[in-house]
Amino acid sequence: MNNADCTSPVDCNVVGESITHDSAHLHVTGEARYTDDIPELRGTVHAALGLSSQAHARIVTRDLAAVRAAPGVVAVFTAADVPGVNDCAPVIHDDPILAEGSVQYVGQPIFMVVATTVDQARRAVRLAKTEYQPLPALLDYDAAIAAESFILPGVTLARGACADALADAPLRLSGRIGIGGQEQFYLEGQIAYAVPREDGTMLVYSSTQHPTEGQTKIAAALGVSANAVVVECRRMGGGFGGKESQATLPACAAAVAALHLARPVKLRYDRDDDFLITGKRHDFRADYSVGYDAEGHLLGVDLTLASRCGFSVDLSRAVNDRAVLHADNAYFLPAVRVSSLRLKTHMQSATAFRGFGGPQGMLAIEAVIDDVARALALDPLEVRRRNFYGTGERAVTHYGQTVEDFILPDLVDELADFSDYASRRLQIREWNRSSAWTKRGIALTPLKFGIAFTASFMNQGSALINVYTDGSVSVNHGGTEMGQGLYTKVAQVVAEVFKIDVSHIRVAATNTGKVPNTSPTAASSGTDINAHAAQIAALTLRERLAGVAAQSFGVDSAAVQLVAGELRAAGRSMSFAEAARLAHMNRVPLSATGFYRTPKIGYDPETLIGRPFHYFSYGAAVSEVAVDVLTGESRLLRVDALHDVGHSINPAIDRGQVEGGFVQGLGWLTTEELVWDRSGRLRTHAPSTYKIPVASDVPEHFDVRLYERGRNIEDTVHRSKAVGEPPLMLPISAFLAIKDAISAVADYRLAVSLDAPATAERILAAIDVQRAGTV
Amino acid sequence: MPSSAEPIPAARVQFLLDGAVVALDAVAPDRTVLQVLREDLGRVGTKEGCAEGDCGACTVVMVEATAQGELLQKSVNACIQFAATLDGKALVTVESLTACARSDSPGLALTDRKSALHPVQQAMVDCHGSQCGFCTPGFVMSLFALYRNCAAPSHAQINDALAGNLCRCTGYRPIIDAARAMYALGQDGPPATSHWLLPSAASAPSLRDAASQPVAEQLAALQRTEAVVFEGGGRRFFRPRTLDELAQLRFNHPDARLLAGGTDVGLWVTKQHRDLGDLIYLGAVEGLDEIVLSANGLRIGAAATLEAARPALNDVHPELGELYRRFASLPVRNAGTLVGNLANGSPIGDSMPALIALGAELTLRQGVSTRVVALESFYLGYMKNAMQRGEFIQSVWIPRPASGVRFSAYKISKRFDQDISAVSAGFAISLHEGIVSEARLAFGGMDAIARRAPAAEQALLGAPFDTRAIEAAVNALALDFKPIDDMRASARYRMAVAQNLLRKCLIETAQEVHLRLSEMDARLAQ
Ligand SMILES: Cc1cc2nc3c(=O)[nH]c(=O)nc-3n(C[C@H](O)[C@H](O)[C@H](O)COP(=O)(O)OP(=O)(O)OC[C@H]3O[C@@H](n4cnc5c(N)ncnc54)[C@H](O)[C@@H]3O)c2cc1C
Ligand code: FES
Ligand code: FES
Repeated sequence: MNNADCTSPVDCNVVGESITHDSAHLHVTGEARYTDDIPELRGTVHAALGLSSQAHARIVTRDLAAVRAAPGVVAVFTAADVPGVNDCAPVIHDDPILAEGSVQYVGQPIFMVVATTVDQARRAVRLAKTEYQPLPALLDYDAAIAAESFILPGVTLARGACADALADAPLRLSGRIGIGGQEQFYLEGQIAYAVPREDGTMLVYSSTQHPTEGQTKIAAALGVSANAVVVECRRMGGGFGGKESQATLPACAAAVAALHLARPVKLRYDRDDDFLITGKRHDFRADYSVGYDAEGHLLGVDLTLASRCGFSVDLSRAVNDRAVLHADNAYFLPAVRVSSLRLKTHMQSATAFRGFGGPQGMLAIEAVIDDVARALALDPLEVRRRNFYGTGERAVTHYGQTVEDFILPDLVDELADFSDYASRRLQIREWNRSSAWTKRGIALTPLKFGIAFTASFMNQGSALINVYTDGSVSVNHGGTEMGQGLYTKVAQVVAEVFKIDVSHIRVAATNTGKVPNTSPTAASSGTDINAHAAQIAALTLRERLAGVAAQSFGVDSAAVQLVAGELRAAGRSMSFAEAARLAHMNRVPLSATGFYRTPKIGYDPETLIGRPFHYFSYGAAVSEVAVDVLTGESRLLRVDALHDVGHSINPAIDRGQVEGGFVQGLGWLTTEELVWDRSGRLRTHAPSTYKIPVASDVPEHFDVRLYERGRNIEDTVHRSKAVGEPPLMLPISAFLAIKDAISAVADYRLAVSLDAPATAERILAAIDVQRAGTV
Repeated sequence: MPSSAEPIPAARVQFLLDGAVVALDAVAPDRTVLQVLREDLGRVGTKEGCAEGDCGACTVVMVEATAQGELLQKSVNACIQFAATLDGKALVTVESLTACARSDSPGLALTDRKSALHPVQQAMVDCHGSQCGFCTPGFVMSLFALYRNCAAPSHAQINDALAGNLCRCTGYRPIIDAARAMYALGQDGPPATSHWLLPSAASAPSLRDAASQPVAEQLAALQRTEAVVFEGGGRRFFRPRTLDELAQLRFNHPDARLLAGGTDVGLWVTKQHRDLGDLIYLGAVEGLDEIVLSANGLRIGAAATLEAARPALNDVHPELGELYRRFASLPVRNAGTLVGNLANGSPIGDSMPALIALGAELTLRQGVSTRVVALESFYLGYMKNAMQRGEFIQSVWIPRPASGVRFSAYKISKRFDQDISAVSAGFAISLHEGIVSEARLAFGGMDAIARRAPAAEQALLGAPFDTRAIEAAVNALALDFKPIDDMRASARYRMAVAQNLLRKCLIETAQEVHLRLSEMDARLAQ
């Protein structure tokens, strides 16, 4: 191990420090530039997209004359105007930039208007007259299944004789849980600003988690080679997966218009268009049958996970795979069969969203455990513990990967302890006895989340570091900044290698011209791959600088130590800047690249068997809620959480990810309801109708801690663990606490069926079932 | 009233920004403050997250002088506020805060962007209150308004101040921390050069008065005594100063749209891209913002904002206080008016059920004549009311519930704060020796208009207020309404919850408890 790789606070200077986000001072002053804030170049025009009003239809005629004639309109484009390939799909070619011939969901872009002002473009769009010939639209689960409408073939992952285990089990139950989708609701909507440059080349500022995919798809759409296109993103106003594949369409569209007009073109979706056009988290329907014993051990689990993938493949394969791979959560399932159905429906193409299928798989198995515990009148936490992964064959997942560092028993004990879970659970039950109209509930849920892209080739990161002769450092890497603090962590890791203050390091905007062929910033892997690559590049440079200093000191380069901004040996020292200058004078290059590929992973993408994950992240939370028996309203009263981030590179940022992830997941499971009407029109398409949590939804007691004994057993950067996605699943505890409270209505005697999100309406319906059962 | 053409000079919109006067030439009446900031003035710190007043990314602070010379500083949503309403006011944006803090050391500030932050900004940095940062300028401005208006806010007050700001990244905890930490970071007063930023509410009154002096003077210089019209984009924005001018303008231009706080009207432009035509602005009419609380009840003028009226509403009944605390968000209440809510008459508006139950009355004015209409008879059908051409609502009268009247108000929504109701209800039940002598049960979200439930009321009348009577009313309610399915709730839930609210009202009355989840924290603490 090298001495840059400090893995405990005592070894580190800046890694492990809660330094502030590198843009914090820009965020608070309004100086942080998002794509729409970039000063507009002369001649900039604005685009808006015309959207389909039909879920599935053939376009019979389209009359755009009124659009063309509208005030300020500069041009109108359709699919025919795309000079190259009319496609912006991430995996297979099934996502047109502008629909041709037929439309497959309400909201699908079919033409583009460019006008002098944003307002003119948006007003002009409404003047189009399109005549459709309706085709049958598949919108719901049963219709799609009946029609065998699958966007991808189904997958079944099984271990052991599941059917026999179910048949032989002393006790059995089955159930179904509907799991809603979720809109990413990044505060900054989708946007791209395409600037044509000389000789047919194009610079596109894009709010994207995947600049390389943007570049590739733009080049194909324009019919030029990739080296003619540069995509740049300094920061996004939030991404959450929603700008992994979905940012590509506006980038391609803006570039096409810019090419035609030879003028800079900006395309910014307004909030309604953003909701209507872009994909969301997949909704799922999980059907389960489980065989168990009187102690609550799961003996056989048969799970069918169906999801509505929308009209195109997008990332649905990987999302559904991840759901299958997380249907165990923290539990050893001796005999299990997980079937995954990937339905094609005439809706927005469901896409990446923090957790990427994992949350849905996890909620399904947690619902199973919850049902089993209730049926046995056991504390669900006890049932969870009894089913935890263990050692030997009990440490092997249903996909064959061994869980090597299963710290949950310890982590959960610590959490149960400081949250006072056991005694509060009893107190709550006591309290409920005397409270007829308000019921409280509590639940503790653990999580285990696999880290790595399931598309194994994506597990690579690159970086480019330039040191200047004044000792300042410019870092470029393939990751994008969407608020998660990636740039800050990368800067800390590089500062740690050079032993200089982070203020000397500037992480530059992510740019495909500087660091090519990058993976998306997704799957929680941003720091794992990019900070690691940056560390490797920095180590190369450190070696060179040490060599330069060694020569000057007349010592062996191994003797040179980097300490507090200096290179020291044999009682002599020079500053980092002096070393840089000296290197330049000695013609030693001050620029280096670093490349990292995640080791150990490998599995069969067809069967899903093998080692898809580099390692696992863990966490657990306890939530306490109250529900109103007469209205179904619920309120979160208290949260305690403990989360494992390995050796934290930046505890403040990591805690921010855990808290933010919790609240985002809370929204998914409680107030965020996506409603499509019978014609396939999304009716919740703005914050007025789609309700993400606000400050008052977070309880005053919101005690989030990082697991102090956490340390990655794998050789990750500073033994840290990924933190982006996993915390989203902590509020499964809140959802199950609501079920616990509902269960109190009939004194915990009856099963509780509840779909997510647990809106007041659903809660009241579940309560009414309990009350009907009581009388 | 004579239909003589009113003599109204054309003018430019003038407001203060960072201590200097900004004049807008020929600004279209429907151009928003956000468009002016971002597109015309190049001040892009203020963000657009929704353009419908629901996310708070566009929050700015508007400063206006009261007749008493006091400075009101209110957070508002720049995305739905029309720029012409800025006339005579001062605008504070996120850039203003830094400009202030940096004016002390201008040279340094050019390069060292981390120094000289305003206490609110510094607290957000110190507490790790930003992640992606897109919501941050809006939060900074809501916190800045809090910093200016409230000296030591409780957790609940902080939540209220932030109810209009969405953050998708942080989970809010660090922002709440910043709201607590910001006071300790404050210098006592702003530098003399940047008097447009006033000291915190926590500082000494003498300091606050001294600091507000120059702003008040600058604002005074911008005030107009006469009615004016701003013209732009082929449309007019009338700005009357007196009630008579307003009445005459309304009479002469019956097709012009009345604009109060614009929190409904603004969305017609930003969401529906509607052409509003000419506007007549109520916000500058002297005396129209009256809030007169008396022993019998409360009179609220058409220009009084929801937030300004809130204390008085609470005084009429704490149930109203709570209803209006949950009404929209602070920035929307700072702009929106109660009368605007009644005039708009949305079937899911929050005021109507409660105020119908209380027997509120509207004073309508047309030309020189006024008439009084009971609120419950004002609504004729979906978005249709009894207002005649050239008429407008001058004020609303809300009587205090008499002793022996049991009043309660309920709002059911997906999210507790800052959400539109699926169902809202107001019940006023008069009990005479245990017998129901009058029942006024009004519901919103159950029909095309908010209205009373005659069959349910009938079921209660003359009976003891008990389970039997309530169950009869519950059954009758099913005859009163045929609610609809939409994205907020199904018809079934609407009916079920409306019925349960009747039950809840009985339980709350009989057991003398208040069964509200929002009070759980306090209840458990006992
Ligand atoms: C984010 C957000 C949240 C909201 N939340 C809620 C909520 O929780 N509950 C709720 O009920 N509403 C809510 N609203 C709607 C709106 O805020 C209220 O209806 C508000 O009271 C409207 O008042 P205003 O002064 O802004 O009206 P404006 O928008 O100025 O006017 C509304 C209508 O009334 C007319 N009008 C105004 N004044 C008069 C008058 N004196 N005489 C005759 N006609 C007049 C106007 O011409 C217009 O047609 C919300 C709005 C937003 C943007
Ligand atoms: S932009 Fe969302 S409230 Fe104004
Ligand atoms: S910091 Fe990203 S939305 Fe608040």
